[in-house]
Amino acid sequence: MSNLVILQKIQRISGAWHGLFRTVQRVAHEPLGALGLFLVVFVLISAIGADWWSTHEPNQINVRAAFASPSLEHFLGTDQLGRDIFSRVLVGGQIALKVSLISIGVALLIGLTLGLIAGFGPRWVDNILMLLFDSVRSFPTVMFALAVVTLFGPSLTTIMIIVIVTQIPIYGRMVRSQTLALKNSEFILTERAIGAGFFRIIFVHMLPNVIGPLLILASMDIPFVITIEAGLSFLGMGVRPPTPSWGTILNDGYSYIYNSPWPVIAGGIPVILTTLGFTFLGESLRDVFDPKLRKDA
Amino acid sequence: MDSLSCVSPTANILNPLLELTDVRVRFRTLSTTRAILNGVSDPFVDAVNGVSLEIKEGETYGLIGESGSGKTTIARSIIGLLKPQEGSIQYDGHELIGRSTLEMKKIRRTIGAMFQDPVGSLSPRMSIYSLLAEPFKIHNQKDCDFESEVRRLLEMVGLSYDFANRYPHQLSGGQARRIGVARALALNPRLIIADEPTAGLDVSVQGEILNLLNKLQHQIGLSILIITHNLNIVRHITDRMGIMYFGRIIEQGPTKAIFDSPVHPYTLALLSANPEPDPDAKIDRIELEGEVPSLLNRPQGCEFHPRCPFVGNNCDTKFPFSTNVTKDHSYCCHYPRNLDC
Amino acid sequence: MASANILEITNLNVGFVTERGTLKALRDVDLTIPNGAIVGVVGESGCGKSTLINSIIGLLANNAQVTSGAMIFEGSDLLSKSEQELRAIRGQRISMVSQDPMTALNPILSIGTQMIDIQYRNASSRDEKRARSINMLSRVGIPDPETRFNDYPHQFSGGMRQRIAIAMALQVEPTLLIADEPTTALDATLEVQIIRRLNDLQQNMGCSILFVSHHLGVIAELCDYVVVMYGGEVVEQGSVRDIFHRASHPYTQKLLECDPASIAQATHSLPTIPGEVPNLDELPSGCIFFDRCDHSYDSCQRSHPRIEQIEAGHWIRCPVLAQQQTS
Repeated sequence: MSNLVILQKIQRISGAWHGLFRTVQRVAHEPLGALGLFLVVFVLISAIGADWWSTHEPNQINVRAAFASPSLEHFLGTDQLGRDIFSRVLVGGQIALKVSLISIGVALLIGLTLGLIAGFGPRWVDNILMLLFDSVRSFPTVMFALAVVTLFGPSLTTIMIIVIVTQIPIYGRMVRSQTLALKNSEFILTERAIGAGFFRIIFVHMLPNVIGPLLILASMDIPFVITIEAGLSFLGMGVRPPTPSWGTILNDGYSYIYNSPWPVIAGGIPVILTTLGFTFLGESLRDVFDPKLRKDA
Repeated sequence: MDSLSCVSPTANILNPLLELTDVRVRFRTLSTTRAILNGVSDPFVDAVNGVSLEIKEGETYGLIGESGSGKTTIARSIIGLLKPQEGSIQYDGHELIGRSTLEMKKIRRTIGAMFQDPVGSLSPRMSIYSLLAEPFKIHNQKDCDFESEVRRLLEMVGLSYDFANRYPHQLSGGQARRIGVARALALNPRLIIADEPTAGLDVSVQGEILNLLNKLQHQIGLSILIITHNLNIVRHITDRMGIMYFGRIIEQGPTKAIFDSPVHPYTLALLSANPEPDPDAKIDRIELEGEVPSLLNRPQGCEFHPRCPFVGNNCDTKFPFSTNVTKDHSYCCHYPRNLDC
Repeated sequence: MASANILEITNLNVGFVTERGTLKALRDVDLTIPNGAIVGVVGESGCGKSTLINSIIGLLANNAQVTSGAMIFEGSDLLSKSEQELRAIRGQRISMVSQDPMTALNPILSIGTQMIDIQYRNASSRDEKRARSINMLSRVGIPDPETRFNDYPHQFSGGMRQRIAIAMALQVEPTLLIADEPTTALDATLEVQIIRRLNDLQQNMGCSILFVSHHLGVIAELCDYVVVMYGGEVVEQGSVRDIFHRASHPYTQKLLECDPASIAQATHSLPTIPGEVPNLDELPSGCIFFDRCDHSYDSCQRSHPRIEQIEAGHWIRCPVLAQQQTS
């Protein structure tokens, strides 16, 4: 490799990091974006460092201390079995984020690729993919979940598979319609006239222009997936007790709400904060990625 | 150089660089099933209905026509974005129709194209640097130094290197148009196809693009196909021109000859429809009534006859095939005008 | 005494507040539209034509600031009117035709419905309104208006749609019609048809027209008076012959030179005006055309020129050439 090529590669990488830094800077410039960024970072840090921030063993039962109100000993009080809610919420956050980020991330990647191919590729490919998407979507989600659980047994992985499979058609369809809209635009025509091939066009030219709405949708799906996870865990198809997840904390708290409101509050607030955080962040990212909306342009 | 002929001395004057013969491009209006159900026997429209033209090396050819005449369709067929159903397109002696994608890619290196919307033709999220370097990347010119090529191209079109870091939406129409020219010229093509190169540009900057194309043509012996409905610029910068109506070329020949004595009634109407920037100008205007009919309702015989002010007897039954005035100048009309010279 | 002018704009200054500063889009604009006249506004990108139109009909963006000026229309100042009063005027006394006819026409209603709807302020019966609409459609040259009355906009071609838009604008019998580049999107043969119709209709109905365009030929053919704008200012105004035969501001002169239609001898080297319009938030202290002008002196850069009359009804904003003219 010649020196010039190495130099160009270094320039490209540093350019990418610089780009990331500038994106963060731009997001933080907007009040909502800054708030979203803060919340998301807060949730991420709590979740990643759950083991360090926890004050107690999340599954440690201490029935005599059941339904305690928040105190210095137990920041968010205790649940019906005397377990420390604060620690359970932190570990639950870890699970929630793991499930949602991985499954949405994978669904996004696959849905994006398939959507681009369906939108820009030959008609028959589009027809096959749409048939596939529609079949998956018309299958009742609950029955599908039951089928998967029966096949693979209940676990986090099961939940992730279910989420991925159900979300791919949604993302795929959205990307496909955006791609179709751009297919005949002047710049795509110019690229074809220059000789750009199929993959170059969809990944270099189409992708950055269709990814915006997709990111928003995906970021708002994160809390949605957390809810799915909670529901499935409640049905015994996901996380098994005593493993804490926000959903199970909420559900337990709901059963015992007359004894103590703290479990419900403690289970609900993280979900609210996460939803708001990701939504604000997603919207701010979309604005940042649209060069026309950049204020300094 | 004020001479109107830009053929460079080393050009091959004998064989044309681009030759279209009887090109026909059809578009489907209904799917086969629907057509059968509705009893439509021929669910197609002929956007281009038998067009023949030639462009020699170093020549500028103007293809004139109003919306729906088929001129943009021809441009796209030449670049290979559309496939004609009949006819042949010969480029430098090679037949273009029926080529594989890979072969077309190679040929596309030598044909540059510029489309109508100057800012819209540039991929919105790519920097100007990436846009200018792209033709080299696509055609696997890995060894070349992208940065120096980008500099060369920007200099060629008269823009400073600062532009390399900008994005398309930050450019004015004229600047975006120049980037379009730069991209089209990146790989040293021999033919440029410019679709409405001055659309959207102010009158005071139109000349910049046209002068630039002209200068480059002199420098590197380029052939240019300009597609436009702006007769004012055609008069100045083209050597030959062809006028399209309803998918056919109804008159073609040297620009000066056509402007001096147009033969086809439509040409006459078009030339007289030009408002002069002089309030006292006396214009012998031939006003056409009505509009171009829809492609779905092709008139019988000569397609222009419903609007022609000089329509005669067999205009609605027989299509007038091409007749020559001189070797270069031909027309399609039963009752041509101005032929007494 | 009835004023001979239906619209008098004096000293209009409009700016847009943005992050980068205030964009002074219109500065010291004076414009008069006499009764029954067609006034053309010529200018290129960034000259302020759109801002001028939006100011007249009161549809400026939220960040617009009218810092001074008056627009006297039918005896009262448009700038001092409330939104409600403006709405009474818009579409009734002042109507507009814009570049893209599809923005004026609702795609999901038939044109007949739209043309009748527009007459909502009128008290007559539905049949009368229908008859009037059909009459108007035939006056703009729509063939078979009776049968086509129930067709939808997409069933008409571009030229027809523009004619329908004009019919709708004139239906209400406005005092002032604002035409914003109405023929820019049309082919030459259609353009002349529309121009002729506008001319005929204007003479029959007696309304005044403010015709905005960058197409010099059309302005020359249609207009009685012409206003030339550059970078937010009026640089020259006068009768159409004053402008086209005796253009006196350097920009106007150059603009006319650049029009390929005006160049008699075919040439491969077309004239241009090198340089660009200055940024509206960083205005130079002197004449705005200074850096692109061939006739400039140092004094041009120091003080901002006022508009001066060089012959009856003919004004230019250039002290250098004004002096040459009058001496």
